[in-house]
Amino acid sequence: MAKVTIDDFQIEVPEGTTILNAARMIGGDLVPPAMCYYSSLKGSGGYCRTCLVKVEQGSAKDPRPMPKLVPSCRTAVMDGMVVRNETSPEVIEARAGVTEFLLINHPLDCPVCDQAGECKLQDLGYEHGKLDTRSEFRRRTFEPEDIGDNIKLHMNRCILCYRCVKVCEQITDGRVHGVIGRGDHAEISTYIEKAIDNDFSGNVIDVCPVGALTDRTFRFKSRVWYTKPVEAHRNCEKCCGKVRLWYQGEEILRVTARKDEFDEVAKLENGEAGWICNECRFEKKHTNDWVIDGVTHVDRQSVISANHYESKEGERFEGKQLEGASLPHGDKVDLGVGALNPNNV
Amino acid sequence: MSQKILLKNDHIPGINTLEVYRKHGGYESLKKALGMAPDAIVEEVKKSGLRGRGGAGFPTGMKWSFLAKPEGVPRYLVCNADESEPGTFKDRYLMEHIPHLLIEGMIVSSFALGANTSYIYIRGEYFYILRILEAAIDEAYAAGLLGKNILGSGFDHDCYVQIGAGAYICGEETALLESLEGKRGNPRLKPPFPAVKGLWDCPTVVNNVETIAAVVPIVEMGGDAYAGIGIGKSTGTKLISASGHINKPGVYEIELGVPVEEFIYSDEYCGGIRNGKDLKAVVAGGSSVPILPKHLILKTAAGEPRLMSYESLADGGFATGTMLGSGGFIVMDEDTSIVKNLFTFARFYHHESCGQCSPCREGTGWMERILQKILDGKGTLADIDLLWDVQSKIEGKTICPLGEAAAWPVAAAIRHFRHEFEEYVTRPEGIREVRHYYRVNGLETA
Repeated sequence: MAKVTIDDFQIEVPEGTTILNAARMIGGDLVPPAMCYYSSLKGSGGYCRTCLVKVEQGSAKDPRPMPKLVPSCRTAVMDGMVVRNETSPEVIEARAGVTEFLLINHPLDCPVCDQAGECKLQDLGYEHGKLDTRSEFRRRTFEPEDIGDNIKLHMNRCILCYRCVKVCEQITDGRVHGVIGRGDHAEISTYIEKAIDNDFSGNVIDVCPVGALTDRTFRFKSRVWYTKPVEAHRNCEKCCGKVRLWYQGEEILRVTARKDEFDEVAKLENGEAGWICNECRFEKKHTNDWVIDGVTHVDRQSVISANHYESKEGERFEGKQLEGASLPHGDKVDLGVGALNPNNV
Repeated sequence: MSQKILLKNDHIPGINTLEVYRKHGGYESLKKALGMAPDAIVEEVKKSGLRGRGGAGFPTGMKWSFLAKPEGVPRYLVCNADESEPGTFKDRYLMEHIPHLLIEGMIVSSFALGANTSYIYIRGEYFYILRILEAAIDEAYAAGLLGKNILGSGFDHDCYVQIGAGAYICGEETALLESLEGKRGNPRLKPPFPAVKGLWDCPTVVNNVETIAAVVPIVEMGGDAYAGIGIGKSTGTKLISASGHINKPGVYEIELGVPVEEFIYSDEYCGGIRNGKDLKAVVAGGSSVPILPKHLILKTAAGEPRLMSYESLADGGFATGTMLGSGGFIVMDEDTSIVKNLFTFARFYHHESCGQCSPCREGTGWMERILQKILDGKGTLADIDLLWDVQSKIEGKTICPLGEAAAWPVAAAIRHFRHEFEEYVTRPEGIREVRHYYRVNGLETA
């Protein structure tokens, strides 16, 4: 076991745990944002640089600080490590920089984007972005593409997190899409306009942190905050069959996998991720197809919870708060970087 | 201070063939090495103080001793011949003229590391050198210098040349390994380092062409003798690719410690500035190292003469110093526009960014566009500050050093030549000739 301190909160975690996962075990606001890391995808993470943290003390044996900010999703904790995330101005500044970089080529078409309301980039922009842009240049643009009958690719919105590439590599029979080109002209695409035709290809929609890959069967039908999520299951030969149904009135508009509190596909009892097949996702849109398990618990801070659900009682909290910790747990940290801060205008 | 070790025979006709190379003492180091214990060779390299010649200057002996040696797992030596740093062309010269020096170095180094297979990863633009190296390797196989049981020592070794597709990023060691494995050349996250998990997840050492070639004379003369050449911790000789506004551009082998002033003005080396003009600035180690103006490249901030060595060039940190880097020595005369030069560099890094991590992918293009705007005469003073801010948000935040390589030239140009940027944005009509600016302001050039 390794004892690690993150923003003055201490927790013991197994050796080899990454800083990000240690922070997730503590929970609350000291969890770094992660746009590309996905716990159930091997080799993911390290690309987006939003989870950079400062390591003030490398370990108990070697207390030297690390010279650069490190990606918390790919850096393993050491016993006695001291990490600063939200309490380090350097980290906050770097994160604001990454947010700005991610947005200079992003179309900001949230009003017509199906991902709006559950978009990680929106959250990131809200927490760390500025109200105004300093880039005055043309954005790189691509035409929207249909990847098969059910998936739409809006390359303009993509932040090149490589999650969908890893999904197709690891849970489908064969990857037919990937990253083509280099630098800011790199694009996710299929080789020679081929469709991604696979029983599990729909999972790329669930892992996409932005609206680059969206469900064509749900396209422009509603906004997520007008729909009500309900947990349901069916006996499926191909997948676990455990899904989340998104109702508007009596109608199921959309079916997705169940997500955990970090917006990742929730783990099943056996510890594996509950990926769902395309049949469950795209073809079963009647209540008769499903056995309803109950209402989905929605975080009170989510826009989806607006007017629908009661507020959550008490925040989850593990670990020990050190004396003199600068942040009370569970409260929003205001370091002068929130989008509503007038200094950021 | 003239001492030639690597290039002592480069003027001999036919030195690219095995016959002539052996007549002039070639493959004697290999014979000597095969009679030594592998660890003893590593020890000699450590004693020699040889530092990586590709740019980072990491001690080679130490890098070799980090190589993990688990049982039953092959080890690899990979030669980084993806020489793509703008301003650097020393490896090309070496491989083109004395290919057997590299092959001999590969075999000796592989023997020291216990690697039975080695690869030379060469950049796509050096296609004609691929032919030269392959011919040299064929000759070596025919003479029993490669293959099974080399010179009766019982050591087996195979050496292959792999050609890249011409991406700058594949000069980064982990991107090179990815490319060598046949994948997209994206740098890997470190740790694990290649010494533990490199090519096909096996322990791997990646060294520059010049570093591997330098192992040959080290084995020949002994580590202590090699350490006696050069100055302080910068031991041995270094190939410098001199280019720009000088009378004699080309590849020069220098003993580390030659004063920069002597290197630029001596007839033995660059032979002074072209057309009798004045020196304005020098990029001392390939396009990614910080540019220095005349007064700082000839003398350190403390007034000491600046020497061609790892320590002296780095004296003063980035505030007043630079780096030896890969030895791409680009000289600019008084007529050079630093802003235009920087734009060229920025365009290069934008084009070569792999697009894997956000700061470099988005930031390099942004910097290029800001510089384009300033060059178009549409820039504002705020753009200079923005440029500074963007580079600071890239530096140190990326997976691989390309982010830094793109940020450092921008930072240095603004640090030392801010007045020139300001001139570009405040008086766009007067920017056609940089000299004009100096003349009308009554300033001395640089």
